[in-house]
Amino acid sequence: MYQHLRYAVDADGIATLTLDVAGKPMNVLEPVFNAELAAAVEAAVADPAVKGLLITSGKAAFVAGADIKELVEAYDRGITPVEAAGWSQTLNRLFRRIETCGKPVAAAVNGLALGGGLEMALACHYRVLADDPKAVVGLPEVKIGLLPGAGGTQRVPRLIGVMAAAKLLTDGNPIAPAEAKKLGLVHELAPTAEVVARARAWLLGAPEAVAPWDKKGFRIPGGGNSLSPAVTQTMLGGTALIAKMTLRNYPAPQEILAAIYEGCAVPFDKGLQVESKHFGRLLAGPVSRNLMRTMFVNKGLVDKLSRRPADVAKWQVKKLGILGAGMMGAGIAHVSALAGMDVVLIDSTQASAEKGKAYSAKLLQKEVDRGRRKEESRDAVLARITPTTDYALLKGCELVIEAVFEDRNIKADVTAKTEAVLGRDAVFASNTSTLPITGLAKGSKRPANFIGVHFFSPVEKMPLVEIIKGKRTSTETVARALDYVGQLRKTPIVVNDSRGFFTSRVFGTYCAEGVRMLEEGITPALIENAGRMAGMPVGPLAVTDEVSIELSYKVQKQTAMDLGDKYEHSAAWPVVRHFVEDLQRLGRKSGGGFYDYPTDGSPKRLWAGLAQEYPPAAVQPPVGDLRERLLHIQALETARCVEEGVLESAMEGDLGSILGIGFPAWAGGALSYIDTVGIAQFVADCERLAKRHGKRFKPSKWLKERAARGEGFYPKPV
Amino acid sequence: MADALIFDHVRTPRGRGRPDGALHEVPAIGLATQALQAVRDRNSLDTSAVDDVVLGCVSPVGEQGSCIGRVAALNAGYAESVAGLQLNRFCASGLEAVNNAAAQVLSGQSDLVVGGGVEAMSRIPISSDGGAWYGDPTVGWNTYFVPQGVGADLIATLAGFTRDDVDRYALESQRRAAVAQAEGRFNASLVPVKDVIGQVLLAEDEYPRPKTTLADLGALKPAFQSMGEDNGFDAVAQLRYPHVETIRHVHTAGNSSGIVDGAAAVLIGNARIGKKLGLKPRARIRAFTSIGSEPTIMLTGPALATRKVLKRAGMSLGDIDLFEVNEAFAAVVMRFMADTGVSHDKINVNGGAIALGHPLGATGAMILGTALDELERRGLGTALITLCVGAGMGTATIIERC
Repeated sequence: MYQHLRYAVDADGIATLTLDVAGKPMNVLEPVFNAELAAAVEAAVADPAVKGLLITSGKAAFVAGADIKELVEAYDRGITPVEAAGWSQTLNRLFRRIETCGKPVAAAVNGLALGGGLEMALACHYRVLADDPKAVVGLPEVKIGLLPGAGGTQRVPRLIGVMAAAKLLTDGNPIAPAEAKKLGLVHELAPTAEVVARARAWLLGAPEAVAPWDKKGFRIPGGGNSLSPAVTQTMLGGTALIAKMTLRNYPAPQEILAAIYEGCAVPFDKGLQVESKHFGRLLAGPVSRNLMRTMFVNKGLVDKLSRRPADVAKWQVKKLGILGAGMMGAGIAHVSALAGMDVVLIDSTQASAEKGKAYSAKLLQKEVDRGRRKEESRDAVLARITPTTDYALLKGCELVIEAVFEDRNIKADVTAKTEAVLGRDAVFASNTSTLPITGLAKGSKRPANFIGVHFFSPVEKMPLVEIIKGKRTSTETVARALDYVGQLRKTPIVVNDSRGFFTSRVFGTYCAEGVRMLEEGITPALIENAGRMAGMPVGPLAVTDEVSIELSYKVQKQTAMDLGDKYEHSAAWPVVRHFVEDLQRLGRKSGGGFYDYPTDGSPKRLWAGLAQEYPPAAVQPPVGDLRERLLHIQALETARCVEEGVLESAMEGDLGSILGIGFPAWAGGALSYIDTVGIAQFVADCERLAKRHGKRFKPSKWLKERAARGEGFYPKPV
Repeated sequence: MADALIFDHVRTPRGRGRPDGALHEVPAIGLATQALQAVRDRNSLDTSAVDDVVLGCVSPVGEQGSCIGRVAALNAGYAESVAGLQLNRFCASGLEAVNNAAAQVLSGQSDLVVGGGVEAMSRIPISSDGGAWYGDPTVGWNTYFVPQGVGADLIATLAGFTRDDVDRYALESQRRAAVAQAEGRFNASLVPVKDVIGQVLLAEDEYPRPKTTLADLGALKPAFQSMGEDNGFDAVAQLRYPHVETIRHVHTAGNSSGIVDGAAAVLIGNARIGKKLGLKPRARIRAFTSIGSEPTIMLTGPALATRKVLKRAGMSLGDIDLFEVNEAFAAVVMRFMADTGVSHDKINVNGGAIALGHPLGATGAMILGTALDELERRGLGTALITLCVGAGMGTATIIERC
């Protein structure tokens, strides 16, 4: 009768509901399952032989939460806040029914219980949690732009107090069993094999079938309404910290605070209604859609190498060669050795090669010092890295990555040296961030095996790898590069060759637009704050200093030489040239650029001379105008990459922009940003900006036609 | 329209707002009672002639709650026909109470009203009353709430006031207050506060530190740095002021107003009642107003309120002989001077709340009295009293001697 749970009543009158959603590795809350759960609860309530209900899971985990796939389409279907609140109300009714069914209900939480899974357990009168490090509990909804809409914002503060609840719900981090017990989220810990027996034992003791908040005289620990100083402190402090963390781009943490604040001042059932309304506001907004779609659904797909050509046999790198032991080469060596590969790290002198390995030693030692890695493990990883100057050691490498200076001649030289010893099937990859792969492949005897594998700095922290197909790169080589990135557990995107590929091209527009603003007399602090407040990790001037103004200068000079008359300098060119040629302020590494970097350890400050070089205009634009320019220009460049075929899928454009260059996750990435603004509006904005600021904002005919058709970058759900 | 005349005013000394402060054992009701009794006794007032007692009080909860205006009038032994009111315009409450009393008289609806205020900050700490402004997360979010001290630091940042600038201002406040105290300039209006067996607990202001040096002030830690940087309020302020690179936290306990206990009462009525009761008018309330200003920076209201009240009174800055601008924070008065161009020589000539303390609900009435006493001492005619107010407001009152 049930597809997704097992229902059994034993001689003691205990009805056991064993949750086991058919055809899925984890129990997730979805309508059919919810309906069966409701039916099973009613059956137990109606059966006079049943004295108590025991809910457990037939899978290793208890319940992993709600089905995101169902939620992610809600916004695109045009769900209203009222309809979205209904989604939460349905679950709240079901769980509230469990809680008030009149018979005692115990949850034997045998494994992980997240989101709706924990909320279900919280609606039970007694909770036994498996004392197993994997059996984490938590309410991570905030991370997908939502709030716990199945009673979490109401039951948690009533259990553990408003202050602790606000932290737990706005962080959204998983909680280990011991901590869950300490906080009071569960009543008891037990070995996994015993959770059901313990829950049963509680039920057999003829317990009360009433939640604490349904008892007369119940008070929220520490107070629940505005007369409690703890509540005021929590709300006052929480609001400011959330503003600092989110710069007001992510609405969920604030809606969580509001749901707790408003809901805890009223009786429990009223509180559930309040929660559902705040949930409705979030689910009906674009940010939750963007976070769910890009950061969970699409990232999950890409991480599973969904873009890998299926007809190529699975491949694995056991021995990897790296040419150039500078910062990038050393970083790539480090992450590859960590993933179990043997690494030959080559540089022109033994000392430089050793220095590259020392980078890894330093990172590993830090982990040892923090107790996060054993010394044997450190030594094992280090033993896999062989620093050398000898190309002969590359023999037997499945993959060699070149990370030498961005100079075509040097690159051609090391390519030739490598291919002389490399096996016929081996893949040769360039970590270049600026030079087109097709051109570099001309220095190779086997251009079909030549590919771009672009890491980001610092390699050990940045999750993205941009794989670049040259004109002659084979499908097999693409699949192999993806397999290598899969070994590293990083997120790969595959793009076609273009100057700057995808990420560097888009990143360049952000820097250039910010630098350009200086010339317009916009105050530098306003430019920087506009970037950060838009959701970029660093302001455009600061980040240009980091990569160096000089590099931007050199790249533009080089490109101008390559392309001749066809080349148009970036919007930042006059400022960049002035800083390099006239002011000799080249960036952070050379002691100062747009910022000064005090040597006394005090934080960097915007260079005071900026006001003389670019006197501030009397009237400054609103920060919103700058924010629009900084995001629109990147999104427009991303759209161009789609138009030119550099990008082959929207999800790669979105993930690449977020993980590679820090485009804000609230927007879901640079293409989801256009969909969030609305493509017609976006094109109209760009035309307005083009009139005001120049043709770099001009939308192409292709984009305008797309807008006219109302065709965004993702298909609308059917 | 009737004139609103000031017949008299009294205030308690300001006691340090801490458990070791001289007034700590006296609750707000005691402070208000003694002020009301003093203004009655020194004028041999038949209190049945008083229509209303209006008291400002900013945290009207606990022993300070329940309409302390009425309860204090009863407790002071005023006739039972005397109504009472408590009002709250945050830091300007004491001045607002005077303005409200004046309004009743000006409009002809009352003949004689006591306006004043009280705050026993050592007993009922600031913010004890909570409120949706910062306690309701949606409202705090919508209004970009930051604590006043961060707003004051933002004023200093925007105006380029350095730590040394604000400390020098504070030092001057101490110097002026010390001179005023030494010369007994406050004495005529001070009511010593007594305990239950009639002993004097405090006869003059307890908060000033006349020996303070610039080095002492410079050694104090910024009071709002952690609040701003660690607790996120700088970020909130920058969201509202995105052209600010970083907020410089220059305010300390030494250049901000002091937390103190105190009460004040001002007797206001029309000419007819004055004549009838034999009260001599000392000054007339010429005009008053309040205004809203940007709430995040919060403390820029005084210049706006000043401009507004001058315009309403048909006067200009040059028509005012003395100014009292509440020293909530040094930067507030410095910003007022920058905005209006009024010389420091005319402002807070006897020091201000940095040296003397700021008993929230009472201060406005106290500094109005101080201004009147000083006009009389110097033989001058007009004074403007103004305070910055929470949630972004300013209140201002112009008095002129009769």
